[in-house]
Amino acid sequence: MKGNLGTRLMQVLPTLLLVSMLVFGLQQLMPGDPALVLAGEEHDPAVIAQIRTELWLDRPLPVQYLHWIGNVLHGDLGYSWRIREPVAQLVAEKLPVTMQLAFMAFIIAVCIGVPMGVLSAVKRNSFWDYFANGVGLAGLSTPNFWLGIMLILLVSVHLGWLPPSGYVSLFVDWRQSLATTIMPAFVLGNAIAAVLMRHTRSAMLTALDQDFVRTARAKGLKEYRVVLRHALRNALVPVVTLGALELGTLLSGAVLTEQVFSIPGFGKLIVDAVFNRDYPVVQGVVLVTATMYVALNLLADVLYVVINPRMRTA
Amino acid sequence: MSVTAIGAPAVPVASALVRPPQSPARLVVGRFCARPAAVAGLFVVVVFFAVAVLAPLIAPYDPVATSWTLIRKAPSWAHWMGTDENGRDVLSRVIVGSQASLMAGVLSVSIAAGIGVPVGLLAGFAGGKTDAVIGRLVDAMLACPFLILAIALAAFLGPSLENAMIAIGITAAPVFMRISRGATMDAATNEYVEAARALGNPPWRVALRHVLPNIVPPILVQATLAIAGAIIAEASLSFLGLGQQPPAPSWGSMLNSAQRFLTQAPWLAIFPGAAIFLAVLSFNLVGDGLRDALDPKRR
Repeated sequence: MKGNLGTRLMQVLPTLLLVSMLVFGLQQLMPGDPALVLAGEEHDPAVIAQIRTELWLDRPLPVQYLHWIGNVLHGDLGYSWRIREPVAQLVAEKLPVTMQLAFMAFIIAVCIGVPMGVLSAVKRNSFWDYFANGVGLAGLSTPNFWLGIMLILLVSVHLGWLPPSGYVSLFVDWRQSLATTIMPAFVLGNAIAAVLMRHTRSAMLTALDQDFVRTARAKGLKEYRVVLRHALRNALVPVVTLGALELGTLLSGAVLTEQVFSIPGFGKLIVDAVFNRDYPVVQGVVLVTATMYVALNLLADVLYVVINPRMRTA
Repeated sequence: MSVTAIGAPAVPVASALVRPPQSPARLVVGRFCARPAAVAGLFVVVVFFAVAVLAPLIAPYDPVATSWTLIRKAPSWAHWMGTDENGRDVLSRVIVGSQASLMAGVLSVSIAAGIGVPVGLLAGFAGGKTDAVIGRLVDAMLACPFLILAIALAAFLGPSLENAMIAIGITAAPVFMRISRGATMDAATNEYVEAARALGNPPWRVALRHVLPNIVPPILVQATLAIAGAIIAEASLSFLGLGQQPPAPSWGSMLNSAQRFLTQAPWLAIFPGAAIFLAVLSFNLVGDGLRDALDPKRR
């Protein structure tokens, strides 16, 4: 097991190195000279030259990369060109908001996706199976920003049950925090629920066809015990690891959901940075999300080994 | 060989017991047509393409013509989907907006397949260090969440529909690389590939003439499902202001402006969103149907 994890860890390092090169390379796509963009209305060549020197733009590209990656490894993601604050500090401020949203979305996705997947597999080829598959496909096909707008229209404008936008921290007022985040979390969880439903159905169908389930039935156990205690327990192994891998979907979805519900999180940070042409923030956000994704991928591998005893001896 | 019963004409056993073999293409079409949802999805996809091609002819009004007297009028017989904040006809904008969405879907997936398939073919066929380097590159690109990378690319390239399509295409390419690589490695173990090699064909010829045609089915399925994803991605980028620029219509940008008038004019948000949902659902249905038709074991 340790050997496997060591190999996996060794594979992660070159991936992270390539991610950093990719993120650094993004800046090279920018049309024009970044120093001129930063200088704005200032056309004094001395000022432009000073900006170039400060940002190491007057050095060769490999030297610029080594300087940048060296800073990143020391936790320095650079300075926001617009707000004049360290990017790492901005990320640290906004990340907890998105994490709260992503965590709630994941819980909602599990609560909808797993029971629907189980129902669909147990009642295979019945009305419930077709219904669950239809709901899953609709969930995958609904743009989450449109679902958000429709929910605001129904739940906030017509019914007046929840606030249409805004965010209150959990540590300030937990009730108000839940009221402001439950609707965006549902929107965000919707697509993940559909993916979880499909995987749970597939894993349950495989598990229900196994010998241990036949044995459990032959022992005279009640059907709900066979399904929940025997089949689901085994079917959940790939589903749990899938959850970790869906972080990318959650973070991508959060960009739009936070925009619709005016939540000051990670997604809104990157969108605002894009419109302010604040490229260090864009780079920082992409680098942090990619690193988190790679780390969670690794965690998924560890979880898989921990949950599945057969993998420990492999 | 034939069987002769007393007083009966001779009947060949083979033709009496074995049905004539069907071509693989006909089998796939047969399996696809046996799925009503997939056929319905294909019908809607064809309707969407017809609407996009004929948009200038069938749009009842000029999609960019503004009118002071028609600002935010509710759906009526004159304007089936109402009018927007500038008095423009929403139905005409939804019809013409289908061009941007479908073009983005098809072109960005063509870019993704155009990059991903040759690179995946090279990785799967060459193996060794080439495969290892490409594999790490694919891992690195897949590590960046799809929409966040597309937003970053679109931001650095500049906001426009063309740049949005390039951004979506580049971001979707790694999935095609991975699928083509796997399918190539699988196809390369077949005896006909060994035979082609043994006959002295150069590697590029073996890859292009003997392996490539056999990896088309999984790529076709991925392409159909990727078009659905690309339509959502284009709508998302346009919603954020990074795709189609005003006043040209796009379903995503229509939803963006609709947000400001949600209480006064909800129809502005309902119809473009429903168009995205229907287009994406149809492509997903066709993709699922194709996958089941090409690989019935998956069902």
